Amino acid sequence: MNVPPFGRLWAIFALAAAAAGALLPLWLSRYYLDVSTQILIFAIFAMTIDFLAGYCGRVPLGHGALFGVSAYVLAYTTARAGGSLAAGVALGVLGSIGLSALSALLAVRTAGVYFLLLTLAEGMVVYGVAFRWTSVTGADNGIQGVVRPAPLDGPVAFYYLVLAAFLAVLLALRRMVRSPFGLTLHGIRECEPRMRSLGYNVPLHVFLAFVISGFFAGIAGALYALFNGFVSPAVVSLSQSSQGLVMVIVGGAGTLVGSLVGATLMILLETWVSLFTDRWPIVLGLVFMLTMVFAREGLLVKGRALVERWVGSALGKP
Amino acid sequence: MTSTFLIAQTLNSATFAALLFLVASGFTVIFGMLRIVNLAHGGLYLLGGYFSFSLLRLTGAFFLSVLLAAAAVGLLGVALLALMRKLLSGHELAQVLLTLGLTFVIADSSLLAWGGDPLSIPVPAWLQGAVELGPLVYPKYRCFVLGVGIAVAAGIWLLVNRTRMGALVRAGVDDAEMVDALGIDIERVFLWTFFAGSALAGLAGGLGGVFLTLYPGADGEILVLSLAVVIIGGLGSLEGTLVGSLLVALLNTFGQVLFPELAYFVVFAPMALLLSFRPWGLLGRPS
Repeated sequence: MNVPPFGRLWAIFALAAAAAGALLPLWLSRYYLDVSTQILIFAIFAMTIDFLAGYCGRVPLGHGALFGVSAYVLAYTTARAGGSLAAGVALGVLGSIGLSALSALLAVRTAGVYFLLLTLAEGMVVYGVAFRWTSVTGADNGIQGVVRPAPLDGPVAFYYLVLAAFLAVLLALRRMVRSPFGLTLHGIRECEPRMRSLGYNVPLHVFLAFVISGFFAGIAGALYALFNGFVSPAVVSLSQSSQGLVMVIVGGAGTLVGSLVGATLMILLETWVSLFTDRWPIVLGLVFMLTMVFAREGLLVKGRALVERWVGSALGKP
Repeated sequence: MTSTFLIAQTLNSATFAALLFLVASGFTVIFGMLRIVNLAHGGLYLLGGYFSFSLLRLTGAFFLSVLLAAAAVGLLGVALLALMRKLLSGHELAQVLLTLGLTFVIADSSLLAWGGDPLSIPVPAWLQGAVELGPLVYPKYRCFVLGVGIAVAAGIWLLVNRTRMGALVRAGVDDAEMVDALGIDIERVFLWTFFAGSALAGLAGGLGGVFLTLYPGADGEILVLSLAVVIIGGLGSLEGTLVGSLLVALLNTFGQVLFPELAYFVVFAPMALLLSFRPWGLLGRPS
């Protein structure tokens, strides 16, 4: 009984998907190209959550703050303070790194539900600041006027930038989770007491994972500000953090690519549902609830298992 | 800062603390016993308020509306519990995330049913006006809420410490498995606990809907403050919830008045610090 070389087949599939992604601008209308760009940006954001939740075992509910801080800093730097794009991006990412380091200092001492609640609270603090610091953040009105300079202001050029960023972040995170550092994180997720007794510095590892996650979330946030042209408190809200988490879980935690699946599904669903009704949040909530009940490991894992079973039974079994 | 100002703000804190206690006590007992973090608890508060509003429109009777609304919300809570026990038994994180999904559903359904404009429940006639407390003139209704809070706290204390059901609740919080092993129907205790906890949140919504308005987003705000209360007080501890409610209400009220631009920070900074150094709260127990 020969089991098909699924590993290699999935790798070929991934390459084909990447190629298809690169060719998307040829087929898609301007509108759907923008949707694809949005999907990729949120896929990056979701991957940063997956890195922490799926690989390190700490589920955060405040990552919107890390994502949004970068967007706000970039928006303020370029649209209000007249800085260059490069300065905006650099400061934005630095802002995310700084905020995640600060959050992590408190959060590494907690785990499980307490970690969830603490990151939720930290996110709320950032939201509160964004909402009330009128002089800097514009409060409810946000910051407008973020422009993309010459070659990037076209939808196609920006799409390629975002696609390149997505692939770069995906490869970087993938490299990291397969490295000894990543394996340690995996061990922390599986059995933290054992890792401690083996002498690993668990808080330090969680801290580093958090900051790395924040760094990439900052990149996603900067891209978002450039994509949207406008930043408001919604970008650091609990809603944003929750939606990122939904994308990870629906797609599949601990898979990285699952974030792309989750982001694609949720954003396409939102785009489609919004054509008929304003009640997207209800659909979002129901999808999330159904996923938790029927497909906890996420659609990527479930889908992969199903496909492998069908192909296997079609080819390998008499 | 005059003494009248201080007294007024302290009283405001106390009435808000009463409301927070109602919401947070349900939350903390549910967590203590079932290890479920019900992120939809804020939604239950909002629904309680909205149901009270609509029932009042229908019947014109304030107390009846608020109590019926609380009961309805309690039943909703029980339905949620049944759903979780049947489908997600043993998966703690999945349960929490399920309640997160429910939050979206409740929030948007409320928006659909009651619209986005802030609503407030009219004060019943005999509670209108104010009382004179020395140099201070203070709304009667707020005194009433404070009274209800104290009465409920006393009632809960009596129930938990002086009745058999209460002993079962305490035992369930301590060690649910053991209670089950002793042959006691722990599922029924869970059911009643979840009903009571949810109904209290609904009651808080009805009472709070008078002096705090009901609007989309109020669920998130009350949830977040309740989280601060139970974390500061200690998840699973009712005395802790009392202490936590007072602390958070004081921090929130005075914070909003003195440092409006930092309002959330004043409440959450202590909570964050406590979570990282003493996660079981002031009066909780390390589990």
